[in-house]
Amino acid sequence: MNLGTKTRAATLSLALAGTLALAACGAANEESDAAEGGTAGGGEAGEQLSGTLVGAGASSQQAAMQGWTAAYSSVQPDVTVNYDPVGSGGGREQFVAGGTDFAGSDAYLDEEELTAAEERCAGDGQVFELPNYIAPIAVVHNVEGVDSLNLPPEVVAGIFAQQITNWNDPAIAEANPDVQLPDLPITPVNRSDESGTTENFAEYLAAAAPDVWTYEVSGDWPVPGGEAGQGTSGVVQAVGAGNGTIGYADPSQAGDLGIAAIGVGEEFVQPTPEAAAAVVENSERVEGRGEYDYAIDIRRDTTESGNYPIVQVSYHIGCVTYDEQETADLVADFMGFVVSEEGQQAAADAAGSAPISDTLREQARTAIDAINAG
Amino acid sequence: MTATRTPSPPGPTRPVRRLGDRVFAGSARGAGILILVILAGVAAFLVAEAVPAITAPAEEIPGGEGLTAYIAPLVFGTLLAALIALVVATPLAVAIALFITHFAPRRLAQGLGYLVDLLAAIPSIVYGFWGISWLAPKMVPFYRWLEDNLGFIPFFAGPTSATGRTMLTAGLVLAIMILPIISAISREVFLQVPTLHKEAALALGATRWEMIKMAVIPYGKSGIIGGSMLGLGRALGETLAVTLVLSVSGGITFNLISSGNPATIAANIALQFPESTGIAVNTLIASGLALFVITLVVNMLARWIVNRRADFSGAN
Repeated sequence: MNLGTKTRAATLSLALAGTLALAACGAANEESDAAEGGTAGGGEAGEQLSGTLVGAGASSQQAAMQGWTAAYSSVQPDVTVNYDPVGSGGGREQFVAGGTDFAGSDAYLDEEELTAAEERCAGDGQVFELPNYIAPIAVVHNVEGVDSLNLPPEVVAGIFAQQITNWNDPAIAEANPDVQLPDLPITPVNRSDESGTTENFAEYLAAAAPDVWTYEVSGDWPVPGGEAGQGTSGVVQAVGAGNGTIGYADPSQAGDLGIAAIGVGEEFVQPTPEAAAAVVENSERVEGRGEYDYAIDIRRDTTESGNYPIVQVSYHIGCVTYDEQETADLVADFMGFVVSEEGQQAAADAAGSAPISDTLREQARTAIDAINAG
Repeated sequence: MTATRTPSPPGPTRPVRRLGDRVFAGSARGAGILILVILAGVAAFLVAEAVPAITAPAEEIPGGEGLTAYIAPLVFGTLLAALIALVVATPLAVAIALFITHFAPRRLAQGLGYLVDLLAAIPSIVYGFWGISWLAPKMVPFYRWLEDNLGFIPFFAGPTSATGRTMLTAGLVLAIMILPIISAISREVFLQVPTLHKEAALALGATRWEMIKMAVIPYGKSGIIGGSMLGLGRALGETLAVTLVLSVSGGITFNLISSGNPATIAANIALQFPESTGIAVNTLIASGLALFVITLVVNMLARWIVNRRADFSGAN
């Protein structure tokens, strides 16, 4: 009997695995179809390259990376790009240890990692860090009878700090004079896993509403007692399942949930790709780093019109000088494709990210042109 | 004696060791040793990797308050979820086993037994999806009722979760997952109750219920306990279903129906590992070591109980 049960279990899981594999194939096909529709030739150098490029890092980039690799394969069919979404920390660790050619990371290298990375790289040990993936984080809500919502930073912070606990709170009503707010308890939903989305959202709350949000900023959600979901899909699921729920998630995953406009200065801004790219462009570069290090500190407390400050920026980190010419060529060519308009569009299609602005593209090109072997 | 040597029966007294015997004995012994080596290897790995977290200063552990403060809520959550599962599943499983062995018509019993076994074949991620998208929303009105009417009990203090993804829901999903294990073992034991015991009870004028109470359950007690402990082992280590169903935010609380719940060790590892580096990974492994020790203790306890009970069960 025991054996029978196990056999059945094995059969079932086999069947399940088969279905998943099929589904994955289907998705991959669609992506490459989409890529072929775009114009080829985003690569930096016109020549045909071959080889394997190995990267690892942020899982937030995974969907975008799938878009990039699929589209890139039509430009350089002989180049294989392997990206292992082990997480930002793991990606930086592997890159510094020399296991990968480049890293994807939600955060730029800290001082210690930067020193280690400079030792890993050849030549004078310069490191490039390019903010190639910009994703707005939307405040999503599911409140019966409320379609649009304006939320000033203090109110967002108050809700997520569980100080504003009912939808008919005067602070919310003040910003939404035209909306009939129900008498309904607010259930804030946060990520239960450690994530860059949480860290960026908390960073925004701490910068834009420092009086209300007094928690330490980290990838772990600091406020106990809220509803929690695993991953973006878990948060979206939880927000959709309850009434009076509010959470933070990638807007491209939000489905039919309401997306709040966030108060910036005097106006309220929706998380559009343009508004997200704008705030990155207006942010300041971190000083005292290498010539090609475009690490930035996002201006979360911006009051500039049309800027959406809750964004997640994910970097590509690599060496300016590699040991081997082949690696240098591959990294330069692939990065060139990633920052190109086609590349950014491929990521936007695959992951719903916001394409980088022309200014950022110019910056990135300077760094990419400098990549060499020595 | 030596002269009158009779033809001895064919075959010497020492058994012939054919190649097949030696290969079989050797491979069986090897398999046995391999199990021990694997177990020792896992334990050694856990200890070796956990040491940096155990020796690290408290500030460096995620949460900043030291290893004990990090692991304590997880151990609490693990035990609480498993306990809820056990409390719900054991009586139900015993009742199912009794029905199948003593009440159901033979043909129905077979089909029913097969169906219960089938529950064990469902992958845990499917239970997770079922729990999060079907069971949890359906439980919300019930939790509201509990909060309104039994809110004075700390378990149901509320505020009720808007999505139903609570400790109680997680415990119920786990209960269904361990149901087949407990009921299968209970069923096997109940089937072994000597017919003489049962007939003796009936002959003394016992009703069917009294017969079960006096003959079947005492005989099967060790089996029920052993099965429960096996189920408990599974509930303690279950990862995916809990990760999906449970809304994890908060520390130690007995409140079973609100949004803030402690995580279980396994679910916490699954949630935190992808974005962990350095000492955080060691901390997760240290929590894994705690889980390893807990399951080991539970299993040893189960063996001990089963062995001890076996002496008094009347089976011998």
